Amino acid sequence: MYLADLIQKFADVFVSTIGDVLPIVLIIFVTQYLVIRRQVPNLKNVIFGFVLVILGMAFFLVGLEEALFPLGEVMAKQLTDPAFLGVEDLNGKVLWQSYMWVYLFAAAIGFSTTLAEPALLAVAIKAQNVSGGTVSIWGLRISVAIGVGLGIALGTFRIVTGTPLHYYIIAGYIIVIIQTFFAPKSIIALAYDSGGVTTSTVTVPLVAALGIGLAGTVPGRSELIDGFGLIAFASLFPMITVMGYAQIGQLRSKNILSKNKKKDSEQI
Amino acid sequence: MISKYPKQLFLLLFGGFKDLFPIIVVVAFFQFAVLQQPIPNLFSILIGLLMVSIGLTLFIKGLEIGLFPVGENLAYDFAKKGSVFWLIAFAFALGFGTTIAEPALIAIADKAAFLAAKDNVISSTEAAQQAYASGLRYTVAISVGVAIVIGVIRIIRGWPIQYIIIGGYIGVVTITFFAPKEIIGIAYDSGGVTTSTITVPLVTALGVGLASSIRGRNPMIDGFGLIALASLTPMMFVMLYGIII
Repeated sequence: MYLADLIQKFADVFVSTIGDVLPIVLIIFVTQYLVIRRQVPNLKNVIFGFVLVILGMAFFLVGLEEALFPLGEVMAKQLTDPAFLGVEDLNGKVLWQSYMWVYLFAAAIGFSTTLAEPALLAVAIKAQNVSGGTVSIWGLRISVAIGVGLGIALGTFRIVTGTPLHYYIIAGYIIVIIQTFFAPKSIIALAYDSGGVTTSTVTVPLVAALGIGLAGTVPGRSELIDGFGLIAFASLFPMITVMGYAQIGQLRSKNILSKNKKKDSEQI
Repeated sequence: MISKYPKQLFLLLFGGFKDLFPIIVVVAFFQFAVLQQPIPNLFSILIGLLMVSIGLTLFIKGLEIGLFPVGENLAYDFAKKGSVFWLIAFAFALGFGTTIAEPALIAIADKAAFLAAKDNVISSTEAAQQAYASGLRYTVAISVGVAIVIGVIRIIRGWPIQYIIIGGYIGVVTITFFAPKEIIGIAYDSGGVTTSTITVPLVTALGVGLASSIRGRNPMIDGFGLIALASLTPMMFVMLYGIII
């Protein structure tokens, strides 16, 4: 019966994924044949590729539904439970220090789910190709993942303390703008992009469960007002860490250069 | 030739596994060491992990032979044909069409409608909430379409991305001060959720393809940035929607 259920779920998700991809396929083919009026090169391969993408998405989504989401939601609920954390309600206020496990879980789950994001992997593959290997797939993915981890941890801290969301976001924007002036020119567009790609299939459901669970259990917070905002953090911080990654790379290559120069002058 | 197939099968099953390993470590640590509880339904979890791994491998393979080449080819053909009008029409359709049906956006729009009804911004009838939610969805989808259009024009002209993004930030911050407090969180989140797993590779391939085929553009500097714009405009449009209604 388990297998029959699984096949049923897979069929449902497969059909709904086709529905998601259909508008894109339509736009592409209408443009290709009516506007450009040229045959798609390697049409057979392309169609096979689309089939693989849809199949892959369906496997991926059903797998997440089976393996990760139920467990992740239960864990988020248990970890934010005031009884587990030993939180004392001080007349409707709490000490933010009581929530250390939550911050740690937020950082760890943000980091690890980002590494499994297919959209980020796609952009990383493109970035490695285009940059000729200066930006590596794993370098980009890990710096984005660190950004998401930091962002979500800070986001849960914000929910616990109940401070206004836009102060954090504005402060983040200021950091991004300052970094933009110092970061290597070739990384800027990619860094900005990595903010938007990080949060999709894997991260959003888990992070939403964490945010809403937390906002529902911290005294004085409303699920509906304070539960939102974690995704915003997760899209902001990767910009900072990706530019940081490029800046560290730049510093290191400068150091090597100046060391080499030193060596050269010593040899002379 | 024969030895190739088991290797491919192995890659298919475990190729995506290294991407999942960190999640497994995190979940196991918190479940055993912190919460001190056994893992429920271990069998279905293992099956699920296997499926995620297969899915990731198939998805990436499909990108490489399907989505990436199609996006790049379109960009190349547009650049050769030189019809800016059709390129812009295509860019808008791509942004709008992929966003309007995005499940994450539908979920967020419904929540926003629920909130608005709770605060008596709109009447709490089902019809009013539905009208509010679909209005919001169209707003966001139009904003993503506009973003891709701006991004494509930017690639053609070679404008630096940072001025546009910083200008956008100033817009977001300014609007925040006038927006109803309840909508700010939703608006900020809507930026991150609009760009889906299938849109991202296609839009990236389009941008990089355009920048590579237009003379004087650098794919690294000019090719990326479309996603950034598509995550920025929804924040502004959602807050404006909240102010107007």
